[in-house]
Amino acid sequence: MSQRLLDRAHAVFGPRIVSSHAFHGDETIVVEGTDIHDVLSTLRADAEAKLDFLVDLTAVDHYGREPRFEVVYHLRSMATGERLRVKAEVPDTDDGTEPSIATICDLWKCADWMEREVFDMFGIKFTGHPDLRRILLYEEFIGYPLRKDYPKEKRQPLVRRDPNT
Amino acid sequence: MGLEFYTSRVGDAINWARKYSLFQYPFVTACCGMEFMALWGPKYDVARFGAEFPRFSPRQADLLMIVGTITERQAPVLKRIYDQMTEPKWAVAFGVCASTGGFYQNYSTTPGADQIIPIDVYIPGCPPRPEQVLDGLMMLQDKIQDKRGYVQKRLYRDHLAATGQTAPDLSAAEAASQKIKVVR
Repeated sequence: MSQRLLDRAHAVFGPRIVSSHAFHGDETIVVEGTDIHDVLSTLRADAEAKLDFLVDLTAVDHYGREPRFEVVYHLRSMATGERLRVKAEVPDTDDGTEPSIATICDLWKCADWMEREVFDMFGIKFTGHPDLRRILLYEEFIGYPLRKDYPKEKRQPLVRRDPNT
Repeated sequence: MGLEFYTSRVGDAINWARKYSLFQYPFVTACCGMEFMALWGPKYDVARFGAEFPRFSPRQADLLMIVGTITERQAPVLKRIYDQMTEPKWAVAFGVCASTGGFYQNYSTTPGADQIIPIDVYIPGCPPRPEQVLDGLMMLQDKIQDKRGYVQKRLYRDHLAATGQTAPDLSAAEAASQKIKVVR
């Protein structure tokens, strides 16, 4: 319900917005992953947008598409109640290392655990994060289960009973 | 009395006492706990079967009620709880998640608590009706009385091995007890 915010974002960022859309009152802008910290801190500080609350931080794996990953930030303005969704495109790497994006823990403290969860499930590294390790799964777990190329029925048990005893 | 297997009528009397004084350890991890509470309420009243007394220390419990989904991360905890219980002990998988993993078929869920510890009675349902649980409890009581619990059987085997005996052929007696169960 906030075409105003969408217009404001276009006015502030101009060509840095890769694409944008509005669907049933859900306004979304898509930006480059390298831009994300700058975009979010600007939206937070901007006197007209006043998007000062980070509602959620998650990610999507668009397997087979380039760029492969999208990190999704849901912002809300406590002053006006308006919302804006910001998506950051994160390409996969060729050399088998984890893709990376800048952390926003310095802007919102609550991003800490949400970024850890995204790292846990999708293997996206947040550079500058104070304590980036698995939060839901165990340290012994290999791979990232919410990636589309993780085998659906693969189990990594910590303990199993010997059925002969 | 050091031995856990009794061939005399004394054994029957002890097992009779055991089956009507089950001290449960409720290992409640998920939504099945709601139905588990109904089981303890006045309408279904598990106290009628002598199994109403929850013990929140595994050392004082002899029945492990696994109520809800077991995740891979939780599995070591479950195993530890079971290992801490004193013998003889029994375990019941309450609900389809504890029995098989249920509709969770993914990286995080253990496909059944019997992957971790031996289970004596499986109660299906999502969640099971309290009547089903009472039926499962009565099946467990039959098992205890007939010395068919998993740990009871193992203690019996160990006892035979330690004393150099061979196991008597009980297949006819077991078939007879199965028939009795169908009638019940």
